[in-house]
Amino acid sequence: MSKPASIDEAEVRKVAALARLELDDAEVATMATELSSILGYVASLDTLVVSSVEPTAHAVASVSPLRDDIAEEGLRRDEALAAAPQTFGGAFVVPKVKEGS
Amino acid sequence: MSGGPLHKLGVVETAEEVARGGVSAVEVAKAAIARIAARDRELGAFLYVDAEGALAEAAEVDRRRARGESLGALAGVPVALKDVLCTRGIPTTSGSRVLEGWIPPYDATVVTRLRAAGAVLVGKTNMDEMAMGSSTENSAYGVARNPWSLDRTPGGSSGGSAAATAAAFVPAALGTDTGGSIRQPASLCGIVGVKPTYGRVSRWGLVAFASSLDQAGPFARSVRDAARILGVIAGHDRRDATSVQRGVPSYEAACGRDPRGVRVGYVRETAAEKGLDPSVRHAVAEAVEKLASLGAEVREVSLPHAHHGLAVYYLVAPAEASSNLARFDGMRYGPRVTGNDLASTYAKTRARGFGKEVRRRIMLGTYALSAGYYEAFYLKAQKVRTLIRQDFERAFGEVDVIVGPTSPTPAFRLGEKVSDPLSMYLADVFTLPASLAGVPAISVPCGSSDEGLPIGLQLVAPAFEEERLFTLAHAYEQATRWKDRHPHAYW
Repeated sequence: MSKPASIDEAEVRKVAALARLELDDAEVATMATELSSILGYVASLDTLVVSSVEPTAHAVASVSPLRDDIAEEGLRRDEALAAAPQTFGGAFVVPKVKEGS
Repeated sequence: MSGGPLHKLGVVETAEEVARGGVSAVEVAKAAIARIAARDRELGAFLYVDAEGALAEAAEVDRRRARGESLGALAGVPVALKDVLCTRGIPTTSGSRVLEGWIPPYDATVVTRLRAAGAVLVGKTNMDEMAMGSSTENSAYGVARNPWSLDRTPGGSSGGSAAATAAAFVPAALGTDTGGSIRQPASLCGIVGVKPTYGRVSRWGLVAFASSLDQAGPFARSVRDAARILGVIAGHDRRDATSVQRGVPSYEAACGRDPRGVRVGYVRETAAEKGLDPSVRHAVAEAVEKLASLGAEVREVSLPHAHHGLAVYYLVAPAEASSNLARFDGMRYGPRVTGNDLASTYAKTRARGFGKEVRRRIMLGTYALSAGYYEAFYLKAQKVRTLIRQDFERAFGEVDVIVGPTSPTPAFRLGEKVSDPLSMYLADVFTLPASLAGVPAISVPCGSSDEGLPIGLQLVAPAFEEERLFTLAHAYEQATRWKDRHPHAYW
């Protein structure tokens, strides 16, 4: 796969939308410059041939242990809700979901 | 009391004095709190001091002693906690506005273990926001300063914990290390810092940055003190599936073992690193000679892919961070900035909550994981991570411990690197490879620059062989004078 040598402002805006980050115009421009510089640096990895190398996701190989299936106390509902900006009737209140409007 | 001011006591000394009745835990706690109140304004090491809680814990230790009950390994020892570790009832910000005002309803497992051992938790320390940085300048709550020179950084991201320990506000502190965030500040502040093997210490209750790399570990002013703290916090935790089911050896017993015959490898490629300061090069060379004079068998080893560590890290860690930090959305905790709809509320909340470096890394990680680029960036980085891991496996077939500099330079000036992210990232060039390989490492003081700033020696061992680090670092520490150097203004 080919990859771009740099990242332009349109790409920065697209990624910011994916990351749910509001950036103003000035930061979009700065971000394009800084990310391009970092991507330029990491391009040094292209000197390595790794087609036959297995990827490492975790350094220490481990199996997922299972605990006994016994119910235990978790956080109480009031504790879980205590830090929420807005709650109602024992639930988190979130803004209306209205994509694309 | 055995004489001398209380703040000069180390971890083991404090616990012994308290157990012996030479000093009360409350006296020790009061002295620590008074020093922080008097001197931390200039240092910025603490974000929150829990004087009331600390005095209550200390009083409980004294009551237990008075009743003749058994005391823990850290009875009455003041310990500071990096603010990335959750503390029940005590604010935890991870250095970020996104968690401003949040009070966790639970303790991190490492905090639970410190409490159970009788430690007196005095407060939460300053850090780079979300543990992203090498200078503590990315904290949303002001910079921390180096007690050796106030216009310099204590390092990062655990800069507050390192500064607090070096300034003798506390005999020990916990930090976390994702790419060097314990070892590099330990080096810059002239103290001991340990990054345990990945999986050795529970990550439960640690605000996640990069989950395949994060580990908590101790700062202390001596190797033995660090060993005692690690012995308390290490071990399996069923709340963290990546913590291993494996016994914890006595790290203190490893301090004092004979280092003769230990095979020590000096990494050939270190000298080629362009940013290596001559004073660091010189101090490390002398330290290697000292290890040889103590009976270690020194030889060269090669880590041919280690110099790719920086590039690998700056793809893997931001990728994991961009996923981990998705939880900070203003719905369940933290301040919310309301927009027209859910998506804009997320975007505004996160834009206000996260600082510049965190935004940059979220963007980098999101980009590296996004459709079309995943294989070219993230998968490639994971493959090179394998090569780095294999370098260590090969080298550890020839030697028991690998030695080199912790940081390429002594403490740099505040403001010196903030405008150039890549130059800041290079501060971690020697610590990143061990993080990527998941192996344990320690930084121990080994020298002084022309300006009198501390220099650190990094020792790296195979996975779960922390004892080798303690044996060698302790022997080196006892044979050199660096343990007796302290920042004059705070000693």
